[in-house]
Amino acid sequence: MSKLTGWTSIAVLLLLSFGTLAAVLSRAEGLTAISSDDWRVLRFTLWQASLSAVISVILAIPLARALARRQFRGRGLLITLMGAPFILPVIVAILGLLAIFGRNGLIATITGLPIQIYGLQGILLAHVFFNLPLATRLILQGWLAIPAERFRLAASLGFRPTDIARQIEWPMLRETVPGAFLVIFLICLTSFAVALALGGGPAATTIELAIYQAFRFDFDLGKAAQLAALQFLVCGIAGAVALKLALPQVTSGGLDRAVERWDARNPWLRAQDAAIIALGALFLLTPLTMVILRGAAGAFEMPATVWQAAGRSVFVAIIATTLCMAMALALAFWLNTLNRGRLWVEGISLLAIAASPLVIGTGMFILLFPFVDPTRVVLPITALVNAAMALPFALRALVPAVAQTEAQFGRLADALGMRGFARFRYLYLPRLRRALGFSAGLTAALAMGDLGVIALFSDPTRATLPLEMYRLMESYRLEAAAGAALLLLALSLLAFWIFDKGGRANADA
Amino acid sequence: MLTLEGLRIDLGDFHLGADLTVAKGHSIAVMGPSGAGKSTLFNAIAGFLQPSAGRILWNGADITTRTPADRPIALLFQDNNLFPHLTAFQNVALGLRPDLHLTPAHKDQVMQALDKVGLRGFEDRKPGALSGGQQSRVALARVMLQAKPLILLDEPFAALGPALKAEMLDLVKQTARDNNATLLMITHDPKDAERIADQIIVVADGQANPPAPAAKVLAHPPAALRDYLGL
Repeated sequence: MSKLTGWTSIAVLLLLSFGTLAAVLSRAEGLTAISSDDWRVLRFTLWQASLSAVISVILAIPLARALARRQFRGRGLLITLMGAPFILPVIVAILGLLAIFGRNGLIATITGLPIQIYGLQGILLAHVFFNLPLATRLILQGWLAIPAERFRLAASLGFRPTDIARQIEWPMLRETVPGAFLVIFLICLTSFAVALALGGGPAATTIELAIYQAFRFDFDLGKAAQLAALQFLVCGIAGAVALKLALPQVTSGGLDRAVERWDARNPWLRAQDAAIIALGALFLLTPLTMVILRGAAGAFEMPATVWQAAGRSVFVAIIATTLCMAMALALAFWLNTLNRGRLWVEGISLLAIAASPLVIGTGMFILLFPFVDPTRVVLPITALVNAAMALPFALRALVPAVAQTEAQFGRLADALGMRGFARFRYLYLPRLRRALGFSAGLTAALAMGDLGVIALFSDPTRATLPLEMYRLMESYRLEAAAGAALLLLALSLLAFWIFDKGGRANADA
Repeated sequence: MLTLEGLRIDLGDFHLGADLTVAKGHSIAVMGPSGAGKSTLFNAIAGFLQPSAGRILWNGADITTRTPADRPIALLFQDNNLFPHLTAFQNVALGLRPDLHLTPAHKDQVMQALDKVGLRGFEDRKPGALSGGQQSRVALARVMLQAKPLILLDEPFAALGPALKAEMLDLVKQTARDNNATLLMITHDPKDAERIADQIIVVADGQANPPAPAAKVLAHPPAALRDYLGL
């Protein structure tokens, strides 16, 4: 049973990754040599991803240190909020950033400076906004993992802050920082919505954006396919490196205690940490505050199409979550029974990270074209692509949970003859509830806010909420866009909250 | 009657042989040094481990290839004997119906079993809200309902205090007698063996020896057991 469903999931994933790539390639009218344009796009993609990762990590180090050694009211809340960008719809964050840093944003209005946000600087700004919190959490984990005894020992030996930095903190950073850098680099490598909204002209185009342009403006499938292959290659290499390095994982618990630091009691360091934390919080919270303030004002300006789009987004989120959970469960159970071939199955289930959502969309378009008008099945395709994209995260939560459940209670269930549905209902479902709730919440929020494959077929009668919002922004209907942003933000957070809560409620350790 | 016929278990460098018969209705303590293979022996009898040679017979019928649930065995592990997400009632009821499709008659039986172990009124609690002793009672109530002719205990009471452990052992003995069942129990404590067992299987040096009268083994322990007990 687990074998059959497992194979089905693998087949779906292979079809989505390689099948669609092959479909695009088959339609391409001959491959051309990689043009200088393509090289420029590739260089820019790598460059912006590297810069984004470097800036995020460099800013995260002092912020994480300040959070690690200070205890203050609202610290827990701030750290929790730092987990939020992951489920924050990209387009919503961009609107918030524009409200602060845009040409008519808060800073430009106050200072009167002509601010140009479009281009590399805008892309970096958005990437740092999304990834600074992630980097901070990863590095904070490193800080809090240092045994408290070591700081006590340092205090009794009379270490000064520089001694502590050299003897205790620097070795920890050397271990955590490369992993954090790589995770952020990978995330920024496939960035699409940020580049679409903030990238400017040929000088600031990522591979993913170039695929979109090739498909949508030139309908040049050959070029799209070529770029897609390039994207696959780059992400494949980066992904392989990442697998080797064993990426760090953000855990949800255990960040709520600060380490007692005798060396950091002097007023100067205190003021420094306070300033860093205040700046960090300001940078992360003001854009969201703007979304909420302007959204509340714009809520009454929203055309009816926004509500229809919201309905479609909810539909996409529900389908994507169902599909993702079904595939994740099938694969997790199957993986648990495998010895040989385990790496292959795991690798294939991670393929979606390397595959480009836009290529998948294009490929599905080509594959479905002979049978059905692809624009009619845009929403199911979007849901399927989102399910595949969220799958690696779901597996990260579910595979260990299944293995642990089996190790702890497998023999007992065997001895009692719990098989099939009874085993699923009374053993797995209750034990996996937390992991299921959390990953379903992630999937639903990601699918709700995704502006990717749907942008390819921007048929106004089938737009999802993020696309509808982007359209309103493009046509400068900013009040309506702000209202839509608030609605989208609320829906994404609500989707995550409902599932995650459902997994936690009444769950016993 | 349980017969281990030329049984051989190989786990990498570890080897264990067993050639013995346990007569019906006896209570047997399984003793031996740590790592000698006591739990491994139980895993093979219970069907979690396929022996590389030999047969396991119950009343003459070959059960070597049967699944754990199809064997005439009820067993308790060292820990994780209860599902923490199910109530005491559900945990016990699993002994009757692994899919928890219960008739009113089943429900009565479950309540009676809980009553017998002194846990009436606790049926809706989950294991987290029960003490260690109460958790053991819930597990024992399930063993009662399973009504299997062979009970295997892999030190399920090791974490309990001496008085509570003695109480549980008496309850086990009672359960085995009521069910007319044969009892095999791993233990490290000669007092446990004295309290409950009439025979002892010594597992040492890669061999599970045939059961011998408990009084005799404890009075004149073989060398391996003597070293282990520190006598």
